[in-house]
Amino acid sequence: MWFASPDEVRERLTAAGYLADDGIATSVFLAGALGKPLLAEGPAGVGKTQLAKAVAEATDARLIRLQCYEGLDEARALYEWNYKKQLLRIQADDGAWDDIFSEEFLLERPLLKAIRSEEPTVLLIDETDKADVEVEGLLLEILSDYQVTIPELGTITAVRRPYVVLTSNATRELSEALKRRCLYLHLDYPTPERERDILLAQVPGLPAGIAEQLARTVATLRALELKKSPSIAETVDWAHTLLALGRTELDEALIGETLGVVLKHNSDQVRAAKDLGLPTRS
Amino acid sequence: MTPPASLVDRHVGFVHALRAAGLPVSPAEGLDAARALMVVDLAQRETLREAYAATLVKRPAHRPGFDTLFDLWFPPVITGAEGTAVAADAELPELPELRERLAELLMGDPADPAFREFARTMVGRFGQVRAAPGRQSWFSFPVLRALSPETLVARMLNAMLDERGGLPEKVARRHVERTVGAFTEAVAADVRRRIAEESGVEKIARSAVRPPIDRVDFLRATKDELARLRREVHPLARRLATRLSIRHRRGRRGRLDFRRTVRASLSTGGVPLTTHLRPPRPHRPELVVLCDASDSVSTFSHFTLLLTFALREQFTKVRAFAFVDTVDEITRLFAPGADVLDAIGRLTDEADIVRFGRTDYGHVFERFAERFPDAVGPRTSLLILGDARSNYQAPALGTLKRLAGQARHAYWLNPEPRAQWDTGDSLATSYGSVVPMHECRNVAQLAAFVETLA
Repeated sequence: MWFASPDEVRERLTAAGYLADDGIATSVFLAGALGKPLLAEGPAGVGKTQLAKAVAEATDARLIRLQCYEGLDEARALYEWNYKKQLLRIQADDGAWDDIFSEEFLLERPLLKAIRSEEPTVLLIDETDKADVEVEGLLLEILSDYQVTIPELGTITAVRRPYVVLTSNATRELSEALKRRCLYLHLDYPTPERERDILLAQVPGLPAGIAEQLARTVATLRALELKKSPSIAETVDWAHTLLALGRTELDEALIGETLGVVLKHNSDQVRAAKDLGLPTRS
Repeated sequence: MTPPASLVDRHVGFVHALRAAGLPVSPAEGLDAARALMVVDLAQRETLREAYAATLVKRPAHRPGFDTLFDLWFPPVITGAEGTAVAADAELPELPELRERLAELLMGDPADPAFREFARTMVGRFGQVRAAPGRQSWFSFPVLRALSPETLVARMLNAMLDERGGLPEKVARRHVERTVGAFTEAVAADVRRRIAEESGVEKIARSAVRPPIDRVDFLRATKDELARLRREVHPLARRLATRLSIRHRRGRRGRLDFRRTVRASLSTGGVPLTTHLRPPRPHRPELVVLCDASDSVSTFSHFTLLLTFALREQFTKVRAFAFVDTVDEITRLFAPGADVLDAIGRLTDEADIVRFGRTDYGHVFERFAERFPDAVGPRTSLLILGDARSNYQAPALGTLKRLAGQARHAYWLNPEPRAQWDTGDSLATSYGSVVPMHECRNVAQLAAFVETLA
């Protein structure tokens, strides 16, 4: 068992520096209790990857990370044979044809490593939507039965089920089959109240008043129709910026000057300045 | 361990209601949810809600509908003996006090349990309306009218701010709007709960759930839904763009690269064992969009324009024309980096598209062919957006046929339901015989169409 109850999840994640709300705590608990992978989907910068790291830290487990990208294949995700070593072995000993497909020549990649790991493991499959559709097929066998079939070695079943977290930015719809096997957690921008707490936890030394103001201002920015809404990470950066500037009061001029920390498109900045009546930089 | 029978019934009924509301819940997911019920504390309502959400709801667009149904099937409280209801218009001595309390709550955190508690009490006090002799029902309207949270806004802003104006007011106003929205929603949820108690859950469940955002009819979208739709444009465009570019890469292989093949054959003694192919040339259509900007379909054409321009990198060239009863080019309003909302606002002021203000497709096609003869060429995909309702004017089918003939492809997207085509002044079939016409009522249909286009 990974966690005993959602409340325990919340406590231990908080200790690991991650503030969980009801939705996060319950899904993280269920993923452990039911032994199902957890699919966290949401816009960039709301703490999806961070969640997996926090789970690993809270449970004292090893974190194995598979970063997905276009063109990721079995050899990179699952396993590969060490051809160079095999070749050398055959050259050294002519009768070695039979034993070159053994443990010794197997290169473990993240998925196989997680399956064979004997200690508690959190497997993070990051940005699943970036990978090609074939990779999803590969994941299906692993995520439903926690086993891998290697033609030369046979089927390897997990000694100890890893805790699997998949993340996705929803740049494409993941297949229904994959979603069906996962628990789904939609992470969205937090409420101002939660964001304030996150700021206070992440930025030591930030006065509570400023945190509150920042959180509400960012919520106002997100309500505008922007190309790219500010993420939590950017709000945290903003708080750091204000601290570094040594300002303890958040006024319009200061917001106008530092808006570039949270809004990275010129048209977004223009829009925000216009809608919020900020002084524009000239 | 098996759960008690009544819980199983409730679970099955809830899953059925979700399916009826259009959520694709598979039997396997239903089982997962049941398993989840066995391990969570059922007395904790929010945990139960999230357990169901994690196992059954796999798309964010389905979440609002799910929440509504959850509140109906697993109500937070059951009406007991409460204070008797009063007629909504009666002057109550304590009404100012209640409004005072409401203002206080609205300035605080809407996740506070006291907030919902207050909403429930207020529904109990004001929400009951005698519908017919001996029958009564519940409505949100009298509650909101009695308390009228909107009229409290000015007072709350004064209380929250030292001085009005500028950014602090914007931020405070945003907070108040959010909490007022939460209060309205809490009242509506409690009204639904009370109706469900009196006339059964199934009955109200059918009417309570709005369709998910990608199934919302363009022509019937509410103001909120429109704002949400517009926010969907960029994610949707990004999703479509990835899908389209993947298809390009997978598409037909290119022609033989003679030079590289011969060069490679040198290592095999001049025998071309491996052939090299040129990378396929991506087919990028030029797109000409002709869009009806009259009020009846404006939501639809605006949304489609936004999407077209968000997808700009998928087309070599996009030109957009708007019309009501005459036509003008509006491409310049959508220059890269320009604010699209702004562009739409300027559309009616700056472009010359209105003569008498009644849509006239025939005249538009003729003017278009005359003013912009070079717009449609052999590489162009011509896209017409509109409801084909021409106020009984001459259709100019010949001109449209010529335009469609010049273009590589021509399509017509009609936001009206197919059943309404050809009724009244609609010329759907006549135009449809010249340019293939597609029904395009919601984001899902639009996305499906864009994929066939590029």
